[in-house]
Amino acid sequence: MSLLHLAILLPLLAAPFIPLLFRGMKQIHTGWFVLIVPVVLVTYFAGFIPITSAGDVVTETIAWMPSLGINFTAYVDGLSLLFALLITGIGALVVLYSIYYLNKDKESLGHFYVYLLMFMSAMLGVVLSDNMIVMYMFWELTSISSFLLIGYWYEKERSRYGAQKSMLLTVFGGLSMLGGIVLLESMVGSYSIRDMVANSGVIAESPFFLVAMILILLGAFTKSAQFPFHIWLPDAMEAPTPVSAYLHSATMVKAGLYLVARMSPVFQESSVWLWTIAGVGMFTMFWGSFNAVKQTDLKGILAFSTVSQLGLIMSLLGLGAAALHYDGMDDNIFMVATIAAIFHLINHATFKGSLFMMVGIVDHETGTRDIRKLGGLMTVMPISFTVAVIGSLSMAGLPPFNGFLSKEMFLKATTKVFSADFFALDTIGILLPVIAFVGSVFTFIYSIMLFTRTFMGKAKFDQLPKQPHEAPIGMLISPVILAILVVGLGFFPNVLSNSLIKPAVESIYPTLVAQGQDVKVDIYFWHGLTPELYMTIGVILLGSLLFWQMGKWMGIYNRIPHRLTLNGMYDGTLVWSNKAAYRFKDNYMTGFIRSYLIYIFVFLSGMMLFSIFWFDMYRFSFENLAEIAPYEYVLGAVVMLAALAILFMKSRLPSIILLGVVGYGVALFFVFFGAPDLALTQLVIETVSVALFLLVFYHMPDISKKEVRMRFKVGNAIVAVLVGTTVTLLSFMALTNKSLTSISEYYKENVYELAAGKNMVNVVLVDFRGFDTLFEIVVLGIAAFGIYTMIKFRTTRRTKGEGEHEAKQQTRQ
Amino acid sequence: MDLLDILIYISLAILLLAMLMMLYRVVKGPTTADRVIALDSIGIALISVVALLSILLDTTLYFEVILLLSILAFIGTVAFSKFLERGEIIQHDRDNDL
Repeated sequence: MSLLHLAILLPLLAAPFIPLLFRGMKQIHTGWFVLIVPVVLVTYFAGFIPITSAGDVVTETIAWMPSLGINFTAYVDGLSLLFALLITGIGALVVLYSIYYLNKDKESLGHFYVYLLMFMSAMLGVVLSDNMIVMYMFWELTSISSFLLIGYWYEKERSRYGAQKSMLLTVFGGLSMLGGIVLLESMVGSYSIRDMVANSGVIAESPFFLVAMILILLGAFTKSAQFPFHIWLPDAMEAPTPVSAYLHSATMVKAGLYLVARMSPVFQESSVWLWTIAGVGMFTMFWGSFNAVKQTDLKGILAFSTVSQLGLIMSLLGLGAAALHYDGMDDNIFMVATIAAIFHLINHATFKGSLFMMVGIVDHETGTRDIRKLGGLMTVMPISFTVAVIGSLSMAGLPPFNGFLSKEMFLKATTKVFSADFFALDTIGILLPVIAFVGSVFTFIYSIMLFTRTFMGKAKFDQLPKQPHEAPIGMLISPVILAILVVGLGFFPNVLSNSLIKPAVESIYPTLVAQGQDVKVDIYFWHGLTPELYMTIGVILLGSLLFWQMGKWMGIYNRIPHRLTLNGMYDGTLVWSNKAAYRFKDNYMTGFIRSYLIYIFVFLSGMMLFSIFWFDMYRFSFENLAEIAPYEYVLGAVVMLAALAILFMKSRLPSIILLGVVGYGVALFFVFFGAPDLALTQLVIETVSVALFLLVFYHMPDISKKEVRMRFKVGNAIVAVLVGTTVTLLSFMALTNKSLTSISEYYKENVYELAAGKNMVNVVLVDFRGFDTLFEIVVLGIAAFGIYTMIKFRTTRRTKGEGEHEAKQQTRQ
Repeated sequence: MDLLDILIYISLAILLLAMLMMLYRVVKGPTTADRVIALDSIGIALISVVALLSILLDTTLYFEVILLLSILAFIGTVAFSKFLERGEIIQHDRDNDL
């Protein structure tokens, strides 16, 4: 096990000690111990930056299940490293924040940090695994730990609902992804992502290309909350705020983006890839920002804004695929899309993290997150206000913050689609900048809303549950660091370009790099009077106008009835599938044995008749048949009549007697066909069983002793005739198609020589095939014991007096 | 086919015919006692059939069947009779059940 593996598993290895520390060291907040883990990891991963920026990769393998091709291969390239740094860096800040956010005496911190560390390990595993099965394992671990964290306050009903919803949706996506992984493996013959990238040609030619792609994308879309699977994210806001900041803005929801970026070299030659991802991402961006505006809960706004921003990054990753088809070697404009995606991914993690922490502080210090109750906090919480303004303006895409840069690049990428003359981008592609523009306008509105409604306007302190005041300094450290990053990256964007962004983009375009194209990452504020600058100005103007006139158009949100919203559909589907399953079960599981018997018999004869006629097997010949003696006809008639008569008897006693007649008739058949031993046994057994039937008959309760003839049911008659026909046909065919000679000649010859007996039946029973006899004896023994226990050990035994009383009453009646 | 065989066949036919008629009695009733007696007679007829068959097939293997049948027919009829008389076949407690 290398140091790299140890680094991935370090949080998991540390997790078992957390509850011990929580119980043993009551006076110190457990978070301080946990903080060590991400800090160590972030410094460790920072050590890889020189390696990846030089274009090198690090690979370490441990054999796990080598026979199945599943090995824990850790693989560090630009993309993985970027994510690993995000996970550990933001992880450290979130842990620091949570130390001040969560009360050590009121909360069960032991649980919280174990889940959080589990999640951290899982996330590192997802981004650093080269083997897709291992990646899938970590992927599901993120789902599980996210489920645990969302349901952290499990006594709240909304928490449980949110946890279940996110679990159902992300696991649905995860399982689809597993299907895609298995398909890819069947094409390439390896689970390694690098092998898949190397064999992307093979994959592109496979008939299952599209299926695999869609399955993988389902995994990515559900995890990254893309339309229409985004609905779990707003409900996941019931989690503690550090969790929302960490999982649901900076890391887990970006796992889908990571997957798309990682699989891009495999799929991006196809136009379906480009259109699906760009289209879904773009629409998610619009839909998320549109819905964010109507939210009244601060975390609700942030959740939809996260959805929207993830959609933005997703669409950029989709558009980036166009770079492969672009000929101009020197100025590959679509590469800008991927650079923008990576850059915005980093930016989003910084400003969204700080915003979530700010919201957490507001919640913590005022007791509510409802923007209708908040307002005028600017003077009491100046630091939080500053953080909120920086984060919101960066999210809105205003200069001089980092969001402006990536938003500009985003708009640039969308406006460039006209210049592409492939995949119909020059015709339908016009939709992309339009949707992008509208989405940006709404983004602008909710970003402005976010800090104006909370911190500006009239103070309504008397309505708040708590008297607001500035947060403790420890709680402010993390959001302030993130806000400084937002500003810093805004002014000096190129500090990252060569160390992180360039290697990450290079790992998305391995083929282009191999061709010798240089990835030029050069982010600057002013690039002339370009269309995207006009678009930004338009966004600001239109956004301000709409924000100013907000009261007039908010009514449109109430137009959509709940039933038709996605959440309504999700709830409806859950209710409907529950009901449908119950109805289905109730319909066929009637609880009556006769229904089940009908299923069994219909299935039996149906299968038999179908296969007989399908395989053309109905052949009879009457050549080798023996002659029928006249007395056999008569006996046959007797048995048949008796059997038929049972059906028409009015009461049970004659039926029992007739059954006895049938049994004796069969015994006589044994005599006719030369089987004396069988005849003897049959006679005795028949007598005993008739006696048993009489016994049962006597103990019938009065109510069912009513002598009614069996009711005729057409369905039952049809089934009975069908089964009879099937079995008759089968036995005719078996007799006709007998192809092997019987083994009995051997017994005839050797019954005396080998076994010293003359009664062949008995010799076969106890000598040649004595094993069967042994177990038939066992069966009889078990039956006897069973009967004995059933009679003797009744758990629902009535008290003695009562029982006797009732029994006597029954006898008298 | 010698005369004996023909005679046996005829007797067999008659016996089976008799069984059919007794079966009619079993089915028809009218009382359970009628049916039990008919069943007993079927048992006896069976004994005769087995005996005739043994002559026909020239074997002694079925003599045990004859013995068994006679015992069973007797036991069966007695059991039925007791059932009709008392409503049960084996008494649990001789002293209380009068």
